[in-house]
Amino acid sequence: MKIAVCVKQVPDTWAEKKLREADSRLDRESADGVMNELDEYAVEEALQLIEAQGGEVVIISMGPDRASETVRKALSMGADAGIHIVDDALGGSDAVATSAVIAAAIDGRDFDLVIFGSESTDARMSVVPAMVAERLGWAQLTFAQKVEVSGSDVTIERVTENGFATVTAATPAVVSVVEKINEPRYPSFKGIMAAKKKPVDTLSVADLGLDAAAVGAAAAWSAVNDFAARPPKAAGTIVTDEGDGGVKVAEYLTTQKFI
Amino acid sequence: MGRLAQTEGLNEEQEAILEAVRDFVDNEIIPVANDLEHADEYPQAIVDGLKEMGVFGLMIPEEYGGLGESLLTYALVVEEIARGWMPVSGVINTHFIVSYMLVQHGTEEQKAHYLPRMATGEVRGAFSMSEPGCGSDVAAITSKAVREGDEYVLNGQKMWLTNGGSSTLVAVLVLTPGEVDEGASVYKKMTTFLIEKPSGFGEVRPGLTIPGKIEKMGYKGVDTTELVMDGLRLSADDILGGEPGKGFYQMMDGVEVGRVNVAARACGLSIRAFELGVEYAQQRVTFGKPIAEHQAVAFRLADMATKVEAAHQMMVMSARKKDSGERNDMEAGMAKYLASEYCKEVVEDSFRIHGGYGYSKEYEIERLYREAPMLLIGEGTADIQRMIIARRLLEDYKTRG
Repeated sequence: MKIAVCVKQVPDTWAEKKLREADSRLDRESADGVMNELDEYAVEEALQLIEAQGGEVVIISMGPDRASETVRKALSMGADAGIHIVDDALGGSDAVATSAVIAAAIDGRDFDLVIFGSESTDARMSVVPAMVAERLGWAQLTFAQKVEVSGSDVTIERVTENGFATVTAATPAVVSVVEKINEPRYPSFKGIMAAKKKPVDTLSVADLGLDAAAVGAAAAWSAVNDFAARPPKAAGTIVTDEGDGGVKVAEYLTTQKFI
Repeated sequence: MGRLAQTEGLNEEQEAILEAVRDFVDNEIIPVANDLEHADEYPQAIVDGLKEMGVFGLMIPEEYGGLGESLLTYALVVEEIARGWMPVSGVINTHFIVSYMLVQHGTEEQKAHYLPRMATGEVRGAFSMSEPGCGSDVAAITSKAVREGDEYVLNGQKMWLTNGGSSTLVAVLVLTPGEVDEGASVYKKMTTFLIEKPSGFGEVRPGLTIPGKIEKMGYKGVDTTELVMDGLRLSADDILGGEPGKGFYQMMDGVEVGRVNVAARACGLSIRAFELGVEYAQQRVTFGKPIAEHQAVAFRLADMATKVEAAHQMMVMSARKKDSGERNDMEAGMAKYLASEYCKEVVEDSFRIHGGYGYSKEYEIERLYREAPMLLIGEGTADIQRMIIARRLLEDYKTRG
């Protein structure tokens, strides 16, 4: 079985994120880059599948030079090889363009399965896995809390509002996972040492056969015209309970349209 | 992570190793440390995690299944772990010293026999010099090994064995009086024996008893024990390096790298104390503003940070010195002395910033306050470090003529 895992480098989850004045884009330099947390679960799931059934895990990441650290981290967890798509033309790409790039990197490389984390902590759109599946014409099995591969079938437990649904599709397929699915491993020191010897292909937009004009900020379907900082927290209202505290709380909730 | 205690000139692998350890410490150690400490419980899950990561083989050469990393990498890993919970670094420290002594002084057979299993953490090392009547004054030991045919019979009592119960290989220093000339120096009458044993307490092999854990003020979780030898029979093959009379020098070599390790632990503990202090100082409000804005507290933070930084750089320098192949006994002594004294001071400052809450067991600083003093004593007291430093200085700066 050959599995691709798509990972994204994001600003450290706990860091304060800033937008750049110049182009209204996320200032990625202002915080340490880390692997998107949910993508660690995706890597772990792929490694577990391979450990049980044999095969190969290839990490795919689109991002600036320093995203290679994130690819390396996934390799140190145990993945076999990496594809890093890096190109100045990609800066500011929206989800539509990102999905085109990722799909082009997957297409023709004989993957049986592509696994994503279900969302990234910076953009939080949760749409790229679905868009990639659509572009490839593969089945999409998203928000999985459990994945099983049996022959050429992949079955997941798809998290729903009330529980989960069991969904099966034929491979090749795209799966996205939620954090309930496993407990990602820490890279071992041996894994860290081994990672530096693993192959990572660095590809440009042209290498993927895509037009640079179709990606990047200029081609995005949405644009940020303006942004403002979140207003500072205002002091709360203090209600003294004189036997009518419940009523006052209810009145307040009504003004806020909660009830 | 803030800008304190950074290390210049690390390679990518060292950075990646430290990042992995830092994540592990933040997620698996800090959240559980207080509960485990209050229960004086051995941190089995943490030790298993570190084993899987490969911490036990970090400095063991690659040919024996380890990573062959430098003392510096090791010390920085220890610093990170001690930031989480200092006794966890104690679980590793004795293992590291024994494997270091094997690498430096073991016979080829001993290396092949022990090191691959030590690299995985299957065999876990401890070492033992101190006795009820002596610690730093090593030459005062009374435990003896007496030759009987092909065997040695060991008798005596040892004290303060870190990991005495959980270890499976103990390097023990004893007198072997019959092996050298009567007139020889006492330092040449000591021999290190390697004793394999099952983990646990009681009479763990004929002639060898590990009584229960010693109750301590802090440094909990890790087991500190006595060790009693009563007619314990070993063979000449169990002598580290194969020859009697070299034990003292082997142990001193091990303790020298151990001192860098203790300095690193003090650095880690200080960093944590600073983190807790600087956080609390911005939360706690008195007289209408966060206490960090009162100069008395701000100056404390400045002092703490300066000490954290100085101790870290001194520790890094002493580790690098050893890695470059130079003798580092004076630098290791200075690093251990400075880092442990500063640690005590930084912890106390953080404790004072916490006010009354610092005295509550709910707050981490209360635990750190009980852990810091161990570093003033373990692996050679401050006074012993000063003796070593002064001795080297007087050699180096000897008045001519």
